[in-house]
Amino acid sequence: MRKTDVVVIGAGAVGCAVARELTKYKVGVIVIDKNEDVGGDASKSNSAIIHTGYDAAPETLESQLVVAANPMYDALTRDLDVPFKRVGAILPAITDEQFAQLPAIKEKAFRNRVYDVEYLSGEQLLEMEPNLNPAVKGGLYIPRESIIDPFIYVQALAENAVANGAEFMLGTKVIGITAENGKIRSVQTTDGDVETKYVVNCAGLYCDEIADMVGKAEYEVVARKGQFYILDKNTSCQVNHIVLPIPTKITKGKLMCPTIHGNMLVGPTAEDQPSKTDKSTSAEGLESIARDVRNLVPNVNLRETITQYSGLRPNRKPEGLHFDMWDDLEGYVNLSGVRSTGLTLSVSMGKYVVQQMLYHGAEFELKSDFIQKRKGIVKFCEQTPEKQDELIREDPRYGNIVCRCETVTEAEIVQAIHRPLGARSVDAVKRRVGAGMGRCHGGFCGPKVIEILARELGCPAEAICKNDPGSEMVTGKNRS
Amino acid sequence: MKKEIICTVCPRGCAITVEGGDGKVTSIEGNGCKRGLSFAETEFTSPVRLLTSTVRVAGKENELLPVRTRTPILRDKLFDVMNAIRATTVTLPVKQHDVVISDVCGTGVDVIASRDME
Amino acid sequence: MYTIQCDVAVVGAGPAGLAAAVAAKENGAARVLVIERDNAPGGILQQCIHPGFGLTRFNEELTGPEYYSRFTEKAEALGVEYLLDSMVLDVDADGGKVTCVNGKYGVTNVEAGSVVLAMGCRERTRESIVIPGSRPAGLYTAGSAQRLINRQNIMVGKKVVILGSGDIGMIMARRMTLEGAEVVMVVELMDYLAGLTRNRVQCLDDFGIPLRLGHTITRIEGEKRVTGVYVAPVDETKKPIAEKAEFVPCDTVLFSVGLIPENELTRKASIAIDGKTNGPAVNQYMQTTKPAVFACGNVVHVNDLVDNVSAESEQAGKYAARYAAGKFPAAKGEAVCKPGANVRYICPQKIVLSDEAEKVNLYFRVLSPARDVTLRVRCGDTILAQKKEFRVNPGEMNSIAVNTADVADGEIVVEVM
Repeated sequence: MRKTDVVVIGAGAVGCAVARELTKYKVGVIVIDKNEDVGGDASKSNSAIIHTGYDAAPETLESQLVVAANPMYDALTRDLDVPFKRVGAILPAITDEQFAQLPAIKEKAFRNRVYDVEYLSGEQLLEMEPNLNPAVKGGLYIPRESIIDPFIYVQALAENAVANGAEFMLGTKVIGITAENGKIRSVQTTDGDVETKYVVNCAGLYCDEIADMVGKAEYEVVARKGQFYILDKNTSCQVNHIVLPIPTKITKGKLMCPTIHGNMLVGPTAEDQPSKTDKSTSAEGLESIARDVRNLVPNVNLRETITQYSGLRPNRKPEGLHFDMWDDLEGYVNLSGVRSTGLTLSVSMGKYVVQQMLYHGAEFELKSDFIQKRKGIVKFCEQTPEKQDELIREDPRYGNIVCRCETVTEAEIVQAIHRPLGARSVDAVKRRVGAGMGRCHGGFCGPKVIEILARELGCPAEAICKNDPGSEMVTGKNRS
Repeated sequence: MKKEIICTVCPRGCAITVEGGDGKVTSIEGNGCKRGLSFAETEFTSPVRLLTSTVRVAGKENELLPVRTRTPILRDKLFDVMNAIRATTVTLPVKQHDVVISDVCGTGVDVIASRDME
Repeated sequence: MYTIQCDVAVVGAGPAGLAAAVAAKENGAARVLVIERDNAPGGILQQCIHPGFGLTRFNEELTGPEYYSRFTEKAEALGVEYLLDSMVLDVDADGGKVTCVNGKYGVTNVEAGSVVLAMGCRERTRESIVIPGSRPAGLYTAGSAQRLINRQNIMVGKKVVILGSGDIGMIMARRMTLEGAEVVMVVELMDYLAGLTRNRVQCLDDFGIPLRLGHTITRIEGEKRVTGVYVAPVDETKKPIAEKAEFVPCDTVLFSVGLIPENELTRKASIAIDGKTNGPAVNQYMQTTKPAVFACGNVVHVNDLVDNVSAESEQAGKYAARYAAGKFPAAKGEAVCKPGANVRYICPQKIVLSDEAEKVNLYFRVLSPARDVTLRVRCGDTILAQKKEFRVNPGEMNSIAVNTADVADGEIVVEVM
């Protein structure tokens, strides 16, 4: 039987941040995830915003962690080589009724200790965002709201955790947790049992099912679907900031913002649904995005879209972010209610979890040789011609551009496959290097990516999946 | 028997009406040119098609040689000829219009290479 | 960095680039270099193993490989040079410089007297036309599937629904059927065929594949691999009638829903783009708004017959060679080609008037299908050319020739009555 100190269930942003934090100590860490790739569910399909916490419910764990997390991202993304940009958010008031709400929003920000929120006039807002609804009466500016590459972020946390000794069991499902005499003993998985002293439940959407295995499901999790549009980089109507709607009692509304790669992101919807796997988009959902966002940015051109997708965020019932440990179940840590702010608070949550474990008697000894930094794959398209020339000389595969839309080279794809926790599927390649993320959406590079994956992994093309098993891209040789 | 045939000799696609029976044509109307006339007659009695496909190349499992029938074959024979094509492997080099399968399925027509391959 | 000098640089070795390169050589360009991202010339025709090419140009029915080999043979005989496995990243339209990358030479600058853009087009995707549903494996553009099956020896699926009755869609319906797949149906939004009628006969009717005109896919089902699609009829405004949607099980969906000229380089080079063709606006020499840059083939406007591509590309190659040699016709005036009744666009968009009178083919597409019509070109009240056409269809390009000697400064109108 495999043996470790801590099992982290879930390789999303929170799970990977917890794992990375744990590797600062001399403890064995195994992260288990049912998916074939790190990145979780909610962590990879969200609005990719690093929040300030200005609108969180004051004096909650969620507000505490989000507000604490935001300033950490400058250093963290530098250390881990993660694309991150402090673009800032604006909250325009279009109607008088919305304008009247601004002081309350600012006051809430103040109570959350987000002191840098400013009032701006309609004129100032239009100067910042010429495509804004010209009826704008004024609004708030939240300068530290930021955008990140959520895929690279989670990969970076995971890769860095691996560099510091953590192990990952991907494509592995947890099927049971055993306790003995009120103490965690082992975790049963589809790939054998793991003996462990601690279990940290970071299973997001499935955290209720994991908690149920130890009889601690005091809540349930319902999937809340958010549908999004991604627009072409060349779309005629763009914004430079995160343009947020003023929430109503019924809905938080739809936002529009640039992505870290220069596309426009528009959405999301918020629809509770019984299925935890149905990530389909719907005509009604997409229409509601169009209708709502036009209040903020009237000329947004949703026909210049390169994709639409849905994410499922865990909606805890009853609501709220919860951190729980129990006296009668030593070694078990339960996180629940990690929702849309989860990406932001992952980093502070990692620290919080470990600190709480220490408070509760964990004897983790600090390491002196923790590797702080991680280097990403060198992106050919971001280099100067001189540097590009040098890269090709070092590795001629940098001279083979596989994805024409995003200018991704064969060398980058091969590196994505052979890194620790490397890409095994077409989607995993896409999330690491961006091949297939552009306007032709894999029409040109898709067949080549399948070929490269098959070659590098030494398997037939029909074994290559879009993501998890069952999503095989092709059926086999045409002439065998 | 009356049959509406869309002429495929050229991209114009004339709608031609053919009447007849027992493999005999009694009248043809709607053709825009002479070629359409003979096309409609053949199409009515025994339609033929050019078949194009690919064959396996010895030693190269990720590449295929495009091939075609030299002249059109009976439409009814398409799937028989596909089976013959599927059972064939060529050895390189091949020159364009080299015979890949001669007299395929007794049609009297050869399957030939559409391109050079080395 | 590696530098190559030439008279005419051609971007793309598909049918357009090859015809342009050959014509440039034939018109006196000493050094013609074709830059191609693939490992061989031929472009998309390499995967178009089906027949139907060359009927108007060579008066015989050729397959894609046979068609392009007519040009590669000529190119070889004339000494056209290739830079293969090379992706162009940048075109400096004013300086006549093309920057590309290549595994062997690194970043390579091609300095040319003139440049011909012949990058072709790309396929519209499921995502770009916003079909709701899940995002499973098994969704392909028709061209990607064609490449996998015909060039990479990979079969994509067993039970197929095809959206779009464009030529590639129909040709793939036949191809997949011959390879043993079941093509359940071809679904077309419009109430008329998008591609050529002959393809309907030979690719669908021959195999009893149903064509659903006036229908669309409203939803895609399947979490891992596609399990089926909902197909519904559309109303007059092309909006699906949801209550009439029917579930069609399948494991593969091919999208043949339109082609978009691939003009990322053109835009980056600040060359003016025509909003209707999505390609660079050109004059009859296939010259763009940047004088040293010419363009031809599907990068200018999407063609349905490669024969037409070759013809207009030869024009581009010829004048690119003359431009590089400093022997370009001097402009005395110009006329804008304006779409009249039932005409969507015209290519070229402009006719330059000079002392060299010549016959110019105006290529255009109609807005809606019609029968027994007259195609007419007029300049004010003067009719410059007219001809009768038995049938016109948005899916089939039309053309009419005018003599530039007859054209006056101002504008000419092309109309279909």
